[in-house]
Amino acid sequence: MMENAIAWILIFPLFGSVACAILGMTNRKICYPIAVLSLACALWAGIETLNQLIASEEHTVAYLLGGWTLDAYPRGVGIELHADILGILITLVVLGVGLIVSVYSKLPVQEETPGKEPLFYTLFLLQVTGLAGICLTGDAFNLYVLIEVAALTGYGLIAMGSNRAAAATFNYVMLGTIGASFYLLGVGYLYIKTGTLNMVGIHDVIEANGLADSATMQVAFVLIGMGILIKMAFFPFHAWLPNAYCNAPTATSSLLAPLVTKVMIYVMIRMVLSVFGVEFSFESTMWTDVVPWLVVVAIVCAAVMALAQREIKRMLSYLIVAEVGYMVGGVWIYNYYGFIGSIFHVISDACMTLCLFLGAGLILRKAKTTHFDGLRGLFSKMPLTMTGFFIGGFSIIGLPPTCGFFSKWYLITGGMVSERWEYMVVLMFSTMVMVVLFFRLIERIHLAVTESGQNLGHGHGDLGLTEEQTRFDEGPLSMLIPLLVSASVVLIVGIYNQDIVSLIEIFLDEFNLPRGEGH
Amino acid sequence: MFEEGAIINELFIERLNYLIYVVLLLIGLHAMISKNNLMKKLIGMSIFQTAIILFYVSVGVKEGASIPIYLPEHDPHGSHVSLGAGNETEEASHGPVVLEAGLIKKYANPLPHVLMLTAIVVGVATLGLALALCQRIYQGYGTIEEDEILAKIEREEMRAHPSVAVKSMESSKTATSKVKKPATKSKESSTLSAKRAKSNPKTKAKTAPSTSQLKSSRSKSASSQPKTSASKSSSAMAKPATSKPKTKAKTTARPKSASTAKKTAPSKAKPRTPKK
Repeated sequence: MMENAIAWILIFPLFGSVACAILGMTNRKICYPIAVLSLACALWAGIETLNQLIASEEHTVAYLLGGWTLDAYPRGVGIELHADILGILITLVVLGVGLIVSVYSKLPVQEETPGKEPLFYTLFLLQVTGLAGICLTGDAFNLYVLIEVAALTGYGLIAMGSNRAAAATFNYVMLGTIGASFYLLGVGYLYIKTGTLNMVGIHDVIEANGLADSATMQVAFVLIGMGILIKMAFFPFHAWLPNAYCNAPTATSSLLAPLVTKVMIYVMIRMVLSVFGVEFSFESTMWTDVVPWLVVVAIVCAAVMALAQREIKRMLSYLIVAEVGYMVGGVWIYNYYGFIGSIFHVISDACMTLCLFLGAGLILRKAKTTHFDGLRGLFSKMPLTMTGFFIGGFSIIGLPPTCGFFSKWYLITGGMVSERWEYMVVLMFSTMVMVVLFFRLIERIHLAVTESGQNLGHGHGDLGLTEEQTRFDEGPLSMLIPLLVSASVVLIVGIYNQDIVSLIEIFLDEFNLPRGEGH
Repeated sequence: MFEEGAIINELFIERLNYLIYVVLLLIGLHAMISKNNLMKKLIGMSIFQTAIILFYVSVGVKEGASIPIYLPEHDPHGSHVSLGAGNETEEASHGPVVLEAGLIKKYANPLPHVLMLTAIVVGVATLGLALALCQRIYQGYGTIEEDEILAKIEREEMRAHPSVAVKSMESSKTATSKVKKPATKSKESSTLSAKRAKSNPKTKAKTAPSTSQLKSSRSKSASSQPKTSASKSSSAMAKPATSKPKTKAKTTARPKSASTAKKTAPSKAKPRTPKK
């Protein structure tokens, strides 16, 4: 059982979702423990796989599904699960976020979608299976199928919300289908040229035959790149994201917001490094020249739009769009440190977005609104929730003990080493905007001045609220503990950043990435 | 001349499949992005996905090829019956058998078709989900026209956050930019709004006295602008002008649903426009 740990990562949530669908018909309450248990088991299997990876010499674990062997058959005959350090790190993030959100989801699901628990947890576990599968698969077409598994379950989860959520989901379906279909087309062109769908196989064929100049490969690269950019909500294609995430039920948005875009960033890094190869991606295409400028536009626009919002969840959705810009930029400035920053930022952004969305869910539950005007006096009412929320916020800004600081540090170092000053400047600019965003929130919570400038209080410490409105009143423990756990994960990932970065370095050392002068 | 002929030859005779796939893909994409009706968008999505299936099937096509089934006469070790004869042959039959070049030529590559089976399943799932969503949207909003849904969502938002609504009325900039979106989305609505621009100043005059003083004073300032723009009668000016009365109609919070007010506006416009 131990040597198959990588397969168990997918088997636990997959069969958990089937169990939820079947057993949930008779007993609705059984779904919640099944979800938590199966994700906890999957997380254990993931940690086991990570240990195997670190112990192995090549730092990869391959698992051939269906009993075929590499000695007897050429690569690509069957389906392969292929994990390297990058894949398993992101898988662990997916499973960890899934576990925390599944614990958190108990009350929100009962209250927001009463009677639909079996459906919710079936889709929830399938979503985690799809996202973890994206990180582990070694087959380009399987990746498409898993992207669609994750997307379809995501549509269902979001549409469980209000009528508005259904309308927003429709847009998401349209753009998501366009994105995935572009990816599929790109895979078709790759198959025409290389004759295999196995990622390692494709890379080997490209290297062996010198396909870098082929027009077919260029078309494949552009199609796959476009598809992934649409799916990750990179700026001009972000239209589906804010509406979908801020109208979705609380538990759904806390699961999807930290994971979906980050996993697509992982797919981009996987395609660039492992499938097309560094030489092809960065030297045969124009993307290194063009994309950093697109990133500049993306980050500025997303940050400004986030600044214009008056509602926490909507503001956070635009922050996600800006963060996607960071990570895409980190990849395309083409540099060792940029890649470290990008990969580390995928991990840390998932942690801090989770923290913020869990906090927003609690605020919505207690204050009945996430509009800025309804936040007054919340700190004295729910100090623990707001502390957790603001740890996430400080991490988005990039204050030192949190993980956001370290990932941004590597991204800025990457920008400096490749002399992409525009990228550095825009990172600084967006940091300023985030400072404004979160300190404005703190101000809203602590001061009695409303949005229109009206002063409701009478002097120091008086928020113009009655005693009852500011009385200590935290959310339920099943929601509060996941929030505090995720806030502490933000701090722990920040404090132990060197361990994670050294793992990422092991992964990146295989590739011949420029490190700048003097390194 | 020769090159031109070669290109035409390649496009229309040798690679006609690919040309058709690109055309279908673009038709589907156009429908998905620009159509106003959700059902039409879904039809576009189906065309889009079918185009990709055509592409993959074209990749796997081979003239005069047969299905790749391993027939007994293809077996280089004789027939399947002799499997039990000895250990060696059994092992060999389990492992991959290197086929002769002549045999491989006859086979069509099955992989693209198999991939498309999966893609069709995914497409059906997506389509089913999107149809269910359409039904849900129709139950929620009573329409599957995108601009009407957007208008209704906006009205809901105004009701939920009255403070935001008042603000958007005060600052005309945000109001125009918000309402302009649904109005410019489709040609039908833009022509409708052009008609409304002419009729609205008069309907405004009727509704204004019925509302409270504060609101009516605002509406006067708002309605004065459409008059000037209507006199200019330039279509470019008419669009932003119409959006102001529209927001006014919403924010004055008439007891009757605003949708009825909206319907009456164009019906009034029709008899009046010929006079002008």
